[in-house]
Amino acid sequence: MEELRFFDEMLDESGGARAPYRDLAKWLEGKNPAELRKKSREAEVIFRRLGITFAVYGTSEATERLIPFDIMPRIISASEWRRLSAGIDQRVKALNAFLHDIYHRQEIIRAGRIPADLIIQNEAFLPEMIGFTPPARVYAHIIGTDIVRVGQNEFYVLEDNTRTPSGVSYMLENRETMMRLFPDLFRKYRVAPVEHYPDLLKETLKSVAPDGVEDPTICVLTPGIFNSAYFEHAFLADTMGAELVEGRDLYVEGGKVWMRTTRTPQQVHVIYRRIDDAFLDPLTFRPESMLGVPGLFDAYRAGNVTICNAPGTGIADDKAIYAYVPDIIEFYTGQKPILNNVPTWNCAKEDDLKYVLDHLSEVVVKEVHGSGGYGMLIGPTSSKRELAEFRKRLEANPRNYIAQPTLSLSTCPTHSSSGVAPRHVDLRPYVLVGDKVRITPGGLTRVALKKGSLVVNSSQGGGTKDTWVLED
Amino acid sequence: MLGRTASSLFWMSRYNERAENMTRLLEVAYRIAMTPRFASDAEEDWRSTLVSAGCCTGFEEKYEEFTQKNAVNYLLFDRDNPSSVRSSIEQARNNARSVRTAITSEMWESLNETYIGFSEVRPQHMTDDKLPDFLNWVKQRAMLFRGALLGTLMRNDGYYFSQLGAFIERADNTARILDVKYWILLPDNEVIGGSLDTYQWSTILRSVSANRSYRHAYRDSSLKAFNVAEFLILRKEMPRSLAYCYDWIEDCMSDLTESYGEKLLSHDMATDTHGLLTQQTMEEIFQNGLHEFLTDFIARNNGLSHQLSADYNFA
Repeated sequence: MEELRFFDEMLDESGGARAPYRDLAKWLEGKNPAELRKKSREAEVIFRRLGITFAVYGTSEATERLIPFDIMPRIISASEWRRLSAGIDQRVKALNAFLHDIYHRQEIIRAGRIPADLIIQNEAFLPEMIGFTPPARVYAHIIGTDIVRVGQNEFYVLEDNTRTPSGVSYMLENRETMMRLFPDLFRKYRVAPVEHYPDLLKETLKSVAPDGVEDPTICVLTPGIFNSAYFEHAFLADTMGAELVEGRDLYVEGGKVWMRTTRTPQQVHVIYRRIDDAFLDPLTFRPESMLGVPGLFDAYRAGNVTICNAPGTGIADDKAIYAYVPDIIEFYTGQKPILNNVPTWNCAKEDDLKYVLDHLSEVVVKEVHGSGGYGMLIGPTSSKRELAEFRKRLEANPRNYIAQPTLSLSTCPTHSSSGVAPRHVDLRPYVLVGDKVRITPGGLTRVALKKGSLVVNSSQGGGTKDTWVLED
Repeated sequence: MLGRTASSLFWMSRYNERAENMTRLLEVAYRIAMTPRFASDAEEDWRSTLVSAGCCTGFEEKYEEFTQKNAVNYLLFDRDNPSSVRSSIEQARNNARSVRTAITSEMWESLNETYIGFSEVRPQHMTDDKLPDFLNWVKQRAMLFRGALLGTLMRNDGYYFSQLGAFIERADNTARILDVKYWILLPDNEVIGGSLDTYQWSTILRSVSANRSYRHAYRDSSLKAFNVAEFLILRKEMPRSLAYCYDWIEDCMSDLTESYGEKLLSHDMATDTHGLLTQQTMEEIFQNGLHEFLTDFIARNNGLSHQLSADYNFA
């Protein structure tokens, strides 16, 4: 296989530091490895004490683990960020317009831009949502757009994450930790703040409250303390000053949603839910669900409560729909996409499948409904045996898979046992859509800590970095 | 406030209190095991500690012998024992975790660090020489959490629920310790008053960290059964006495009633029990039977816990 070339975000071809990284490079010169190791250990102690943990499914030991935190910041210049945020803004508006359309007149299908089957027969399409319009016509309120960089001005959107994207608490805690660990370095830069994210989230949720509700009661709906992202659910509720509830704390009466309090029940107007569609309401969806609230969907359709994100938004980040997002953007905005899509082969199509099978050792294959890096194949780094096994799975159920070229993810300087070295990264900025679009400058940079690895998922040994967006 | 939140705050503090009390019982038991015997035997001492801890039945299901090793393991580390120090710390933390939004970061971090520190200790490495230091550490951690709570938590309904949990647990603990050895507190014993009794009385006082304060509270400062009983039941200066606990509980119930604008059955129950401790003398309690008094008190205290749960939708 031909050697992949990677874009190094810190160093240019001649080995000099690029503009945004210049001060960092100079600062690093004065640091010895022992000092950095000490800081790295300090960071771990901070995270453990705060209880910033996540659960790894499929392991029987410790259910709570830390996501490794890398002490080297990832730095993005103001002009790079302007372009990224314009692209994200365009994308989330188009996706919300798409959601409204497919649950109403389905113009995009009539226009022949997307095959009807792909929508109607999609598991993520909820017929229960047809004809219903949520407040402000917004479906996907909280979005985490996964972006990778492959060149100076080349960014690709990998996934749109319009369901319940997680990780925003890491964005905030990473920043707090960096400010504590490296005040001197931090002062050298003009870093755009991220700490107001909870305020923006609250404003966004308020702006989509049911009509006529001036001062809505907002709550965060969590599956409970054993969920992998529980820390984040509690963190967001806490920083917004909202109530953190489980399904059993809510009930529906008279078409309205109520919290069981110590005394008089209190009406709930906006629910930021962190549980999947299927578990929301056992009366409408999965009947055996213990996590949801019976009758919630009826209260929602009656307009008495807003659910964020709306049920049925999953269709917008379905991996089979993904290939059509550029068309979706053009169709609803009349503009060319600012951010590229990664070329995608849909294994349900015979020609595409043939191409993927012929080039299996070069491509990345993902499950259509998978997430978290589980059940995927990275051709170039897989053994012959892994390739053969995956080939069987793919042939048995091609509809379940899509494939993409292996992207040469950019690298960032990262603290490792052998000093500071380049490691591959991606970026998940967090976007809020309500009465307007609110994008927090920065996001979560995920980093593949293993040398040469291209998988950044925390469940697969990835870590996170603080992401600095510079101000002009 | 959510009913579940109220419940978690109640149990968070209750389990923290329990962790501390269990640790203190272990400290005392360890000290007894170190002390030259007064006719009693080691097995009987450990059995009595397990009864005071309310863990004897569970222990006997698991172990044949009342040895120090078994008892320490069961009271300190065993997850099968719902009241072991480990279980109590984990329960306190789980409850805190589920109400992260209702507590302060100082409270959470102190509980979380206790949990992390405790998890790092391997039971098989807990040798006799390390035990006292470790028990002391646990006790201090529990006190740190209490301090964090008192110093940072908003004084609203959540605070009242947390205090009710702590003081119902403390009252239960003190009452149990007294009841296990109630006969040595009977005035008849005073006549005997030998060194064995003095030793037993001081053990009871140590179990509630009151050995020194007793000397200050009673001017002639010699140990007397009557005084020990009075000190732990009726004296309001003693922060682990039943009277002190119910003073605090009564205050919290009044605050709750005021903040919700409604008086519920649990408040009446607390007032009744409070009355038993303020309107009787120690002589009267002895006359009517100390054991009967304590049994009745434990049942009432437990009943209050249930009624709170019903009145405030603990769910």
